[in-house]
Amino acid sequence: MTDFALFDQAIARDQRIEPADEMPERYRSTMIRQIAQHAHSEIIGMQPEGEWITRAPTLRRKAILLAKVQDEAGHGLYLYSAAETLGADRGDLTQRLIEGRQKYSSIFNYPTLSFADVGVIGWLVDGAAICNQVPLCRSSYGPYARAMIRICKEESFHQRQGYELLLTMMSGTAAQRDMVQDAVDRWWWPSLMMFGPPDADSPNTAQSMAWKIKRHTNDELRQRFVDMSVPQAAELGVTLPDPELAWNASRDHYDFGQPDWDELRRVISGGGAMNEQRIARRRQADTDGAWVREAAAAHAAKNLEVAR
Amino acid sequence: MAFDDAYSALTDHDDDARWAYGTGFSDPLASVPSSVPADVDGADLSLYCLMLGDDALILSHRLQEWVTRAPELEDELALANIALDLLGQARLLLSRAGVASGASSLAAVEDVLAFGRDAAEFRNVRLAERSDADFACLVGRLLVMVTWRLAAFDRLASSRDPMLAAIAAKGVKELTYHRDYAAQWVVRLGDGTALSHSRMAAAMAELLPLTGELFATHPVEARLAVAGVAVEPVSLRAEFDGVMAQVLEAATLDPVLPGPPVAASGEGAGRDGVHGPELDEILREMQSVARAVPGGVW
Repeated sequence: MTDFALFDQAIARDQRIEPADEMPERYRSTMIRQIAQHAHSEIIGMQPEGEWITRAPTLRRKAILLAKVQDEAGHGLYLYSAAETLGADRGDLTQRLIEGRQKYSSIFNYPTLSFADVGVIGWLVDGAAICNQVPLCRSSYGPYARAMIRICKEESFHQRQGYELLLTMMSGTAAQRDMVQDAVDRWWWPSLMMFGPPDADSPNTAQSMAWKIKRHTNDELRQRFVDMSVPQAAELGVTLPDPELAWNASRDHYDFGQPDWDELRRVISGGGAMNEQRIARRRQADTDGAWVREAAAAHAAKNLEVAR
Repeated sequence: MAFDDAYSALTDHDDDARWAYGTGFSDPLASVPSSVPADVDGADLSLYCLMLGDDALILSHRLQEWVTRAPELEDELALANIALDLLGQARLLLSRAGVASGASSLAAVEDVLAFGRDAAEFRNVRLAERSDADFACLVGRLLVMVTWRLAAFDRLASSRDPMLAAIAAKGVKELTYHRDYAAQWVVRLGDGTALSHSRMAAAMAELLPLTGELFATHPVEARLAVAGVAVEPVSLRAEFDGVMAQVLEAATLDPVLPGPPVAASGEGAGRDGVHGPELDEILREMQSVARAVPGGVW
């Protein structure tokens, strides 16, 4: 028997680990990191699309986009709360984000260049996120798994809305169809990178799978995403920018080319087009809001004093 | 909920209520008669709906600018939520303006009005278009505008125009929350630290003299008020002053009286389409994509 016999038993029986349960320190720190990175991704992920709220070309699209970005703020909140059940502190996690000590999904370091990007982010980026996250609804850590169910439902709604925008644009002018194709060309490969490096280069996968905080390997999820997206692209009438993409009857899957992994490494380590701007905006919001948070705390303290 | 089968949990079809735009979405005002009462002037009603609709559209735009830069995540959510409510009010009111003026293509009328007009055709008060220098200005302006608007909608819920009455009744619930949110922040900032107190005081000192425009009666408002359709803004003054006095006192701020009503016509009133350069900036941004793609469908 190890020191964590109950923990091991729960994992083996596919039961949930809950906040008050004993758990190995490495499990706790890995979960905090995983949940915090996910929370940071939701918060940073508000920016690329958020830039288009004020410019949305119809009031209906404006409302949809505003609601979506609001959902992302909500996801960030649930996830920070889930991390706090493990003893983390939201303020501390935010500091780690804005000081560049904790990562977020590298996909958000690419720029959004046209309104078609809003649709493509919904279709491909949210689609990839769903492939990644649906299995996490069965994560061994209870609060994260439960948060993920609601998040996945909302993400699936965002994906349908994004795809519906693209279908509408494809029925519009030639200029609009070109915008959609251009956006697909720019977002396809970064979307494939969202699943992480190939399994052979993913050293933490084995431990994460043993702890049941990861349920499928990067390559399995990437394959699922490609298989799902190819028919949707055909329906839409766009071309995916991969000459190697072809149905392989013997595997019962699509074959596809490899993304530029050097680019992923470059973007993760800060070399993406938007890394600096994304963090700078968050840091600015934090700095500009400090006096507001201090005032709220001071007012609450005075009220507490009065209540005594 | 089926926690152990995530895929089936995702396809539950029994919880439409949790979606902002659920699969079962239906127009909440579908059963409200859309015809304009026989003795009401359609052109007047249209202009009145534009005034109320443009206030909401332009204020919503200013709130949208705060998304991803609020002081706390809770406020990101709240401000986006308020912006979304105001946008919803604007859509209903612009559509009503279109119907009242006899527009033929109903589906797109809200977009024709939002994206097809130039600044001189917008009827919002100038207070709505100001940019916010800081969070104190944001919550101060929000408090002023939604306090006025809640008082107005409360009355308009019994307007003789059934559609305007339905839109107002729906808005009252939303605006009650907006006013509460804004008032709480004005109190926190006023009472908080020396710095927040001075910023909140400066914001209110700057904003309140500009509120006169909200209480000036436009000829359209006067005619429609007689017809039982609109509300005379001057009649909202007592409620507005009462709420402001209560909030400012709780915030330990000096009461500042609203400015005198500006002349209803001609002298730089937003209700007559006279605006500052800030509205031009808003429209350049808001209309940029819609105008860049002629014939586009979205």
